[in-house]
Amino acid sequence: MRVATALRLALVALLAAFLAAPDWFEPVFAPLTENGAPAIYRQASLLQLTIAHLGTVAVASLAATVVAVGLGIFVSRPAGADFLPLSRAIVNVGQTFPPVAVLALAVPAVGFGTAPTLIALFLYGLLPIFENTLAGLRQVPAAVLDSARGMGLTGRQRLVEVELPLALPVILAGVRYSVVVSIGTATIGSTVAARGLGEVIIAGLTSGNTAFVLQGGLVVGVTAVLIHDGLLAAERRAMAARASKA
Amino acid sequence: MIELDHVTKRYGDAAVVDDVSLTVERGTIMVIVGTSGSGKSTLLRMINRLVAPTKGRILIDGRDTAGLPEHDLRRGIGYAIQGHGLFPHRTVAENIATVPRLLKWEKDRVDERIDALLAAFALEPGLFRDKYPHQLSGGEQQRVGVARALAADPAVLLMDEPFGALDPIIRDKAQEDLLAVQRRLGTTVVLVTHDMDEAFRLGHRVAVMADGRVRQVGTPADLLTRPADAFVSRLTGTNDRALKLLSVRPVGSVVSPGPADGPPLPETASLRDALSALLWSGARALPVADASGRPLGRVTLDAVLASGRVG
Repeated sequence: MRVATALRLALVALLAAFLAAPDWFEPVFAPLTENGAPAIYRQASLLQLTIAHLGTVAVASLAATVVAVGLGIFVSRPAGADFLPLSRAIVNVGQTFPPVAVLALAVPAVGFGTAPTLIALFLYGLLPIFENTLAGLRQVPAAVLDSARGMGLTGRQRLVEVELPLALPVILAGVRYSVVVSIGTATIGSTVAARGLGEVIIAGLTSGNTAFVLQGGLVVGVTAVLIHDGLLAAERRAMAARASKA
Repeated sequence: MIELDHVTKRYGDAAVVDDVSLTVERGTIMVIVGTSGSGKSTLLRMINRLVAPTKGRILIDGRDTAGLPEHDLRRGIGYAIQGHGLFPHRTVAENIATVPRLLKWEKDRVDERIDALLAAFALEPGLFRDKYPHQLSGGEQQRVGVARALAADPAVLLMDEPFGALDPIIRDKAQEDLLAVQRRLGTTVVLVTHDMDEAFRLGHRVAVMADGRVRQVGTPADLLTRPADAFVSRLTGTNDRALKLLSVRPVGSVVSPGPADGPPLPETASLRDALSALLWSGARALPVADASGRPLGRVTLDAVLASGRVG
């Protein structure tokens, strides 16, 4: 456990150093370039690209969480049960429809930039959150719900005080998964001129510069791993705080 | 007092509860006993409208339960079920506080009530208040479940197989606790079980259900000595019914004046216990004392044997 923590801290430090002063790392990437091409991407600040990238992911994930959790709650109520197959179909299409195709379809409607990327990430992120919301609500023990009803909790009180708190760990796991996938997927946004780390990778691909591709990919990958661990730690802390609250 | 007036519950064409009328006197325990699928749980769940009756009326202390919003009705009725249904994310104290909080009691009053209930169920408040349900044994969870059901001092307590998941020794203790608490609070209890011995032990009156209908309602002794039909006598058991009959009658009912040697029996002990003590000691009679130990007389073997005979 201690080794893992040390490793993570080292990774954070390395990432911070690379984003703050990428030129220090020029010797590392130089062997990957040919014909004297630049080894470090300098058209834009890597730090700003990372911030823009994560901002896009945050907005899309927040919207996906609100909609998917809301939809999951709605179809698990008696009034919404009839909409379960339809909702599931829509969410499944959101996941299986390739984000690239979503971009291609969205650009004529909303133009180039961040907007089509947000749409693609939003649709792509719904499924894991929706399914985990359903699974989380369904695993609440029947006896717990029955006694909640028998004691006179209203439908809203049962949802807020019993069902959601008990489903929360499963819902959060879905959100975490969705966010991590979005961090990687967001790179394709750069094909339609959204600011983000995809820009570095695409620049590398179009100019045959492996160093660019690698540094873009590494920043995305390391960020995703760290954010995954960060969310997991936050979840565990929240659960532990709840379990020891007295 | 609870009155069920020609209550029926149908699902499609099938009547799960079929035209049942039943009265539970205030401050008594009514046990509804039957095999699975007899409709006993559905009948119970109609009293707090977890199940809506298709036909008929249910009155509590003369008021039609259909006239109240469901959640208000339920907040006034204790509800305890098999598997306790405690909220796993809430402490023992928070669980017990559920209904008082819904009723917006003052915090001090809630805290006082929690401690009083924990003490009443032999759970040291300082030790148990802040524990989570998963940290308790099965018997402790069940006691907290009943304490939670009694938290807001309901006049009526509904229990659906509350002791079904407990092992025999803990169940015995739980039944004893329930009887003691019911006697002290004077709560009207309706309890559902499939266990005839539990029904005889707890019920002031017992209703036998089969196929959605009540076959017979009466005291345990009534059911044993005058079963209404073959089903009731099969359910009550024919081969040991004399012993069952002894077990539902207290020693106090056959005390006669006169001396006897040996350790005194409490007057609340069952005649079955008295018979056992007589057989074990080889005596023809044993002394009987009241709760404070004051001698009341004696119980003779002949008197016990006579009580086990029909008529």
